[in-house]
Amino acid sequence: MSDTHAASVPYVRETMLPQVEPPSTATGPVKWVHQSLFSSIPYTILTLVALYVIFVILSGLLPWLLGGVWNTGNIRECREVLDGAQGGCFSVLTERWNQLLFGIAYPQDGYWRPTLAFILLFVAAAPVLFGAVPRQLLIVTVLYPFLAFWLIWGGSLLVPLAALFSFAIGYVVYSSLVKSSFAGGLFAGIVVGVVVWFVAGFITSNLTNVLALEEVASRNMGGFMLNMILGVICVSLSLPLGIVLALGRQSNLPIIRLICVVFIEFIRGVPLITLLFVANVVLAYFLPPGTNFDLILRVIIMITMFASAYIAEVIRGGLAALPRGQYEAADSLGLDYAQAMRLIILPQALKISIPGIVNVAVGLFKDTTLVSIISMFDLVGMIRGPILASTDWNGVYWELWGFAALLFFVVCYGISQYSQWLERQLQTDHH
Amino acid sequence: MTTMSDPQQGSFRLSMLLNDTRYRSYTFQFIALMLLIALMAFLGINLVRNLAEAGLNISYSFLYVPAGYDINQTLIDYNSQSTNLRAAVVGILNTLLVAFLACVTATILGVIAGVARLSNNWLVSKMMSVYVEIFRNIPVLIWILMIYTLMTAVLPAPNAFRGDNATSSMLFDAFAFTNRGIYVPAPVWGPGSMIVVATFVLSIVAAVAYRKYAVSLLFRTGKLLPTGWPTLAILLVPTLLVFFVMGSPIGLDYPALKGFNFRGGLQIGAPLIALWLALSVYTGAFIAENVRAGIQAVSKGQTEAAASLGLRPKRIMNLVVLPQALRVIIPPLISQYLNITKNSSLAIAVGYADITATLGGITLNQTGRAIECVLLLMLFYLTISLSISAIMNVYNNAVSLKER
Repeated sequence: MSDTHAASVPYVRETMLPQVEPPSTATGPVKWVHQSLFSSIPYTILTLVALYVIFVILSGLLPWLLGGVWNTGNIRECREVLDGAQGGCFSVLTERWNQLLFGIAYPQDGYWRPTLAFILLFVAAAPVLFGAVPRQLLIVTVLYPFLAFWLIWGGSLLVPLAALFSFAIGYVVYSSLVKSSFAGGLFAGIVVGVVVWFVAGFITSNLTNVLALEEVASRNMGGFMLNMILGVICVSLSLPLGIVLALGRQSNLPIIRLICVVFIEFIRGVPLITLLFVANVVLAYFLPPGTNFDLILRVIIMITMFASAYIAEVIRGGLAALPRGQYEAADSLGLDYAQAMRLIILPQALKISIPGIVNVAVGLFKDTTLVSIISMFDLVGMIRGPILASTDWNGVYWELWGFAALLFFVVCYGISQYSQWLERQLQTDHH
Repeated sequence: MTTMSDPQQGSFRLSMLLNDTRYRSYTFQFIALMLLIALMAFLGINLVRNLAEAGLNISYSFLYVPAGYDINQTLIDYNSQSTNLRAAVVGILNTLLVAFLACVTATILGVIAGVARLSNNWLVSKMMSVYVEIFRNIPVLIWILMIYTLMTAVLPAPNAFRGDNATSSMLFDAFAFTNRGIYVPAPVWGPGSMIVVATFVLSIVAAVAYRKYAVSLLFRTGKLLPTGWPTLAILLVPTLLVFFVMGSPIGLDYPALKGFNFRGGLQIGAPLIALWLALSVYTGAFIAENVRAGIQAVSKGQTEAAASLGLRPKRIMNLVVLPQALRVIIPPLISQYLNITKNSSLAIAVGYADITATLGGITLNQTGRAIECVLLLMLFYLTISLSISAIMNVYNNAVSLKER
């Protein structure tokens, strides 16, 4: 606009108006409340209904939580203290704390052992889960299975040491042969490892008192510890098994593919509880007469098989999602099958599969509660059996179930949040 | 993926079985087959030896002897003198019943929660996230046991309904919530009631036909017929007419307190309710996530394109978004149905007589036929899940994007 024009037309404003804040209804909390809670009449009704529901839940829950009693010996004392007031008898948790966590039969003076194993689990898992943790901690991860076994089951330290030793020898053999042939290396490594383990077994069987902790039989495991043991062992065992099954199902060798397909579809077709029945009452018929290995081990085998079938399907999805060019590129580099899978295909396929694998792991951990049905005393079994059946605490339902629910929620929610975080970390493509 | 190498010179050597890709696959498959056969033989021989040692055999004759136990919730006639086979059939029907009920309610719950989670209403969407996270992350067994406790320990006993100053009262004089289960009015089928039912079925067919006709008329001539009230009229008017003409043949039998318990009406036992509700709310949380993912998978461009064509929001939802979202939602939905069926086996924890509790529980314990019972149990679940996967494959092929 020219100056002359502005001068000749007096009502054209010459100066800029100062910027004004938007009206208070169109900004800040007022706008947010209006837009997200009361934008229309149905929404307002919905909001009010939701507020009412929250009010009802909180008004029932808060007095119960805050007015709770934490230090009485049994339900009658607790009712006396409460004297008709609203409140939970949380003293069942404090009084039966050790039973809830470790079961009935675990030796009382040995509670530090599973606790220590539990704490070390975080140290061992940290370098696997988080890339920022120093790599030196991986040593703890490698040692952890042996250490945890010794801590929880007790016995001489030499037994897990022998296992570690044979494992190490087997690994050395494998890594020296893997350059020439993966299959040969793997086979030789396993054979050498097993042989060393047998030889070491003869030596350790005579030295049961060296560095020994009190031995605890598997049937004495219980409480939340049993859930954790089953969950951790079965997830870590089912992952490699699942990878093998997925590769088998994708392979172009018809017999191997058939075996894998039948196994996976069979396991996925039946509920876990029937497999636990198999572990409980049927498996013994299929083993040599006289063999008698404990229920927990049979259950671990069954749950591992169950989880590995589901993980195999997740990984198969990951393998199928990889662009065909990746397979062809690996082939054109002259890599053989084992190299192509180990170096090119699996790292990418596993990365895609992580959310699915975590889902399976969370589901598996929740499913460990099913062992209570075949009368093992895990957390749910402890609550249903010894605690609710005792005269001291018969009738304290919500405190116990709430506690069990809270424990599982913390673990499962934590794992799923971790998986979402990891997914964001691993997003290397730029969409 | 097979790597083809140049044809080897010279004749066949033994080392080629391991090193030559043409023969190596046969070697590996042969080894795998041998290992499998060895494993089978090992298990089979052990089985035969163990059975011989225990003096047992594999026989299914136990299915035809009287079961000797009672089942309190049955869909067909059953008493303790019925055979084990009949007990198993009762169990199968009970499994299918609770699975069907839970599938329906879980779907309703899941769709509502999934849509509400995408709502612009902050409070509602946050509440739904809390619902989904809480129910997904706590084992379904704990939910079943909690709701069972609610049903048996918190609800009043039938005698609380008795007397002049009863502490509990029936809802609308028709529903009684007691710790023995929920009593609801039961329909009574009088003579001629089948005609009413048949009329209603025919009305449904007619309503569907009318809607189809309306659509085809719209496509041919562009004439838009109303669909809302005519459908309602077709559904209700003939049925009601026949109902009153026949003299109200279908009545309701209300539960009433007689002595120490309720008589009449339909008793839905506490175990069934606990299992049904727990499976519904637990699986509903998973379905909510599937629904949300399905709707979010339809790209915003689709909605905008439909809007720029001038479609109204309801039609955008019905004609553009939903058909595409359903393609994403339905496969996981069906596998959730499968999960419900499999999780219904947890009935054994609360004493609901499903197939796992009858065949795999009491029958197994009473007859000691562990192998046979567990085998039959697995066969039943396998049949169900394989047939559902077959249906799913057919569906997937029908709706998969036809790429040209």
